[in-house]
Amino acid sequence: MADENKFSSPPPPGNAQMPGAGKQSGSVEPLPPVDKPVPIPNPPPTSTSEPKPASPPKAAAAPPAAPAKPIGPAPVPWDSPLVASLRRQYGSGIEPLTYLGQNYIVADSSIAPELLQIMRDEERFDYCVDVTAVHYPKREKQFDLIWILYSFQRNERVRVKTMIADGESFPTSTTIWPAANWLEREVFDMFGIKFDGHSDLKRILLPEGWKGHPLRKDYGIIQQDKEWVQINLGIESGQ
Amino acid sequence: MTTDATKYLSHLELGEREQTFLDSNELIINMGPQHPATHGVLRVILKLDGEKVLGTECVIGYLHRGVEKIAENRTYTMFNPYVDRMDYVAAVSNGLGYCEAVEKLLNIEAPPRANFVRVILTELNRIASHQLWLGTHALDIGAMTPLFYTFRDREEILKIFEKYCGARLTTHAFRIGGCLYETYDGFERDVKKFVDFVRPKIDEYEELLTTNRIWVERTKGVGFISPKDCIALGVTGPVLRASGVKWDIRKAQPYANYKEFDFEIPTGQNGDTYDRYLVRLAEMRQSLRIISQAVQRIPEGPIMAKVPKVIKPPVGEIYHSIEAPKGELGYFIVSDGSTQPYRVRVRPPSFVNLQALDLMVRGQLVADVIAVIGTLDIVLGEVDR
Repeated sequence: MADENKFSSPPPPGNAQMPGAGKQSGSVEPLPPVDKPVPIPNPPPTSTSEPKPASPPKAAAAPPAAPAKPIGPAPVPWDSPLVASLRRQYGSGIEPLTYLGQNYIVADSSIAPELLQIMRDEERFDYCVDVTAVHYPKREKQFDLIWILYSFQRNERVRVKTMIADGESFPTSTTIWPAANWLEREVFDMFGIKFDGHSDLKRILLPEGWKGHPLRKDYGIIQQDKEWVQINLGIESGQ
Repeated sequence: MTTDATKYLSHLELGEREQTFLDSNELIINMGPQHPATHGVLRVILKLDGEKVLGTECVIGYLHRGVEKIAENRTYTMFNPYVDRMDYVAAVSNGLGYCEAVEKLLNIEAPPRANFVRVILTELNRIASHQLWLGTHALDIGAMTPLFYTFRDREEILKIFEKYCGARLTTHAFRIGGCLYETYDGFERDVKKFVDFVRPKIDEYEELLTTNRIWVERTKGVGFISPKDCIALGVTGPVLRASGVKWDIRKAQPYANYKEFDFEIPTGQNGDTYDRYLVRLAEMRQSLRIISQAVQRIPEGPIMAKVPKVIKPPVGEIYHSIEAPKGELGYFIVSDGSTQPYRVRVRPPSFVNLQALDLMVRGQLVADVIAVIGTLDIVLGEVDR
């Protein structure tokens, strides 16, 4: 029963499927029909059902949605006393931006290590919330390296972003924030980015003999799965 | 005349008997991954000198499911239930963080009614998480009774979750743009009843433990961490607050509608296991305060914002974090304008807090390692993702 209904028409309001549902409040439709996406310009609401997993969703949705990518607010330059003092030092090497109220600094990879040090020592961003990366295989400098920083004194969050090429290593920030230790290990594990000077740079979540770095966009999940099943179970993978 | 020990050793064919017996060799032992006190599959390699811990190394990843990779291959809506599987004892918090992050990226806001329901459920979940922590932590240290007390009371919270959305643990209670379900008939009554029910129960937990001599001996001064070290290591949540840093994201950078409620941030001074216990108990009381304020003021109106059926955030990136029961839980989401996130990074509090284990147990006894793992309140589902 479920299979037929799932893909045909708009799904019934969620309450119907809920075991032990109480009040079926008539006042509110849990999933309102899309007439006007109010706050942001979005693809025209022509499709009546959820994207069907069976057919390639992009092909199905593309013809009615002519502006394929929704246009959001663009990042705007960010100006503050912090930026002004950094500007004096680095000039055009940094690009401070703000997007949806969140500030970030895009820095050249040659000055980023020094910038991070200054952020901690002088600007008092003493808490390194996260270190992570994003892979863009089509770019020349394939990786975005991102530090999310927080300052207790200023109650402010800033992200520092830099771009590095595949195979390029980056100086470790564990000397600045000990918290970066495991975070950098995870970046190494998932993206294969090496951090120079890290005391114990090895895989953290995946076993030591693992092949490849899963969060790279070109990592073949199915290929790995087939190989693993073949070697370890001696059968053909069902994938 | 020989002592018992040398008699025993004479049966073993050891060359230099006395010397071997008195020699303080370093010993490396393995704790876990299948160890009941590690709260999941955590392996700690301990370097010991007798009973003293010289150093530790955590081996993690046994529960790694590749959540971040899964996210890249699912739509925003499809990924929503997965976040519940990270910190599975505080699934509602995970859901709140994720939904709010995507809402921010879409530049929409959940309606006020949804925010109230969200706050109530999230705070209930914080209490449930702390209750589970207290029960298991006390059990690890050797006090069996609190486990039955806390699980009995936690059941009442799970019943409310079940009535609200049908699930007890991995609730998937929130959707991007609000909540999918209206509150059921008698939701407010149930929540109020629970608040009145559990308030004296927290005093009961205190009666069992706070002045209990064994509990105090096992926790006071154990696993000390200074506020400076906490910040350097990125430790957040009750562990940070027990070291005396008054920092809570609900106050520092309020999300949902926490601004509207009157509550305090409990802190400790000593940064030891005992203070962390007191802080968490105080947090449960503060959560009750928030819940009782919220449940009286749930406004009428829609519970779901107008969200397009196909969620396609504009190109951009966002970081949003909330105060989960274990600390700062953050989501860093990169959108490329398609229906699937380009990258989802989860900043898990347990993972970062676990880094402090080594510092906290160095120079202490093996038995204290158990206490410290307990007091860090880690969930391996979140550490490994």
